[in-house]
Amino acid sequence: MKKLNRRAFLAVCGAVALTGALAACGSSSSSTAATTATTSTASSVAETLSGTVNTNGSTSMEDVMGSLIEGFKEIQPGITVNYTGSGSGAGITGAQEGTCDIGLASRDLKDTETGVKQITVAKDGIAIIVNPANPLSDLTIDQIAQLFNGEITNWSEIGGNDAPVVAIGREAGSGTRDGFESITGTEDLCVYQNELTSTGEVIANVASNPDAIGYASLSAVEGDATIKALTVGGVAASEETVLDGSYVIQRNFNFIVSDGTELSAAAQAFVDWATSTEASELIAGAGAVPVAE
Amino acid sequence: MKQKVRPMETFMGAMFFACGIIAIAFVLFISLYLIVSGLPAIWEIGIVDFLFGTKWASTAAEPKFGILPFILTSIYGTCGAILIGVPIGFMTSVYLAKIASPKMASIVRPAVDLLAGIPSVVYGLIGMMVLVPAVREAFNLPDGASLFCAIIVLAIMILPSIISVSETALKAVPHEYEEASLALGATQIETIFKVSAPAASSGIAAAVVLGIGRAIGEAMAIMMVAGNVANMPSLFSSVRFLTTAVASEMAYASGLQRQALYSIALVLFVFIMIINVALNTLLKKKED
Repeated sequence: MKKLNRRAFLAVCGAVALTGALAACGSSSSSTAATTATTSTASSVAETLSGTVNTNGSTSMEDVMGSLIEGFKEIQPGITVNYTGSGSGAGITGAQEGTCDIGLASRDLKDTETGVKQITVAKDGIAIIVNPANPLSDLTIDQIAQLFNGEITNWSEIGGNDAPVVAIGREAGSGTRDGFESITGTEDLCVYQNELTSTGEVIANVASNPDAIGYASLSAVEGDATIKALTVGGVAASEETVLDGSYVIQRNFNFIVSDGTELSAAAQAFVDWATSTEASELIAGAGAVPVAE
Repeated sequence: MKQKVRPMETFMGAMFFACGIIAIAFVLFISLYLIVSGLPAIWEIGIVDFLFGTKWASTAAEPKFGILPFILTSIYGTCGAILIGVPIGFMTSVYLAKIASPKMASIVRPAVDLLAGIPSVVYGLIGMMVLVPAVREAFNLPDGASLFCAIIVLAIMILPSIISVSETALKAVPHEYEEASLALGATQIETIFKVSAPAASSGIAAAVVLGIGRAIGEAMAIMMVAGNVANMPSLFSSVRFLTTAVASEMAYASGLQRQALYSIALVLFVFIMIINVALNTLLKKKED
């Protein structure tokens, strides 16, 4: 039901009919949530705001944005937050040109991208997983890149069993694939044996193939005994190591806002709320690591 | 004598007419929608590059939209499934129609019907968890997800339609033909292959075409066993079908990539249309 609503929401982007459906879904807990929000939000939104906030950008942030939009609806029913998934680059351009209120980027701003600033709302850790039968437990980021781009084709080259490497990845357009490939520098270079459309399928495939290596969102692999998450450069993937930056296969989920023009009251309220601890649970629920303290 | 006007009759007549129109309306709508949304990308990419390009890299910095690997995979996969599925399906239907005792047939027939009712995602799941690892072990491959697995799964999935249509065709063969053959001294097996099967040939052909249609349109089950990498097809490599190309990328696609997926759907639609026309021609021939 929740998933259905979010999909439909994205497709219609603020269709009137859905506003009712979402409100109905969250109505049971909305009264308590609203009270806590009004007392503790940084910008102290005492009155109920209304308006539309357009966000545009990273497809990797779809799940996080979906959860945030649903959660925010309960606190500020008058504000409609729209999400369009068009890629981080387009999100940053949108914020620069003012075609959207908040740009969404699953990478940090480059020096050449001026006139905007980034507000990190969450971090995304990507775990590298192998079959439990694989004797290796630690790889460097270079070795990981070579395993996926076909430079290393046999596990024995890096001290494993004499068996071919089976790289398992996600489909083109997936946020996890985009994140993994951009962090390891293997964009468009990966030689996959298998491209699957969900995290669960990647995990199931790695679990059933002793020679497989794959990647999956950190939250999906924690506590799963059917696969083994590798340490990268000696650091195990966990919320703590992602937060303190020692686990390297991670990236920031950023809101990109204009330097020059002030955000609308509605957009400011959304940014303040999303970066506060109140949204932490929702962000964690969507598979990312919240940064608010 | 003038017939009495009955409002209920007129009303229900109109209702039935409207329901009949709904089917046509949906077919027209889907055809138009696919053509309108599928043609722009073909136009932009170029029909030759699109249909005969061998490289698909829809999200690369310099995207490539060649769907020849998908077309060939779909054709090979369907042919493979037919090669395995038709002999088994035909033999089963012969068994059910001519050889099996009524008791045996009453066990086999419901099993075949049940096979038809299993959701394709279940075929995919079992294929992924059982068949793929088994194929990896048996052929000593790095990874079992391959065209071969997809063919096996498809062959099983098309069995029920082949069996039930061929069985109906075989049962429709007049008994006099077979009795005459037996009376002339032919054995039961000779009679089946030389008299019954030829007499039922157009029905069996229709069963084969139906199987082709089912195989080429299947997406879910093969998405879970075929590996989904856009390679040129070979039996033990990871491949992507026309259907799975659309299904696997649609969720996140945008811009030209999204339009190209509609174009793939249009190509698939044309394939299905051709198969349907073939089926209708066969069935008409049977009536004549």
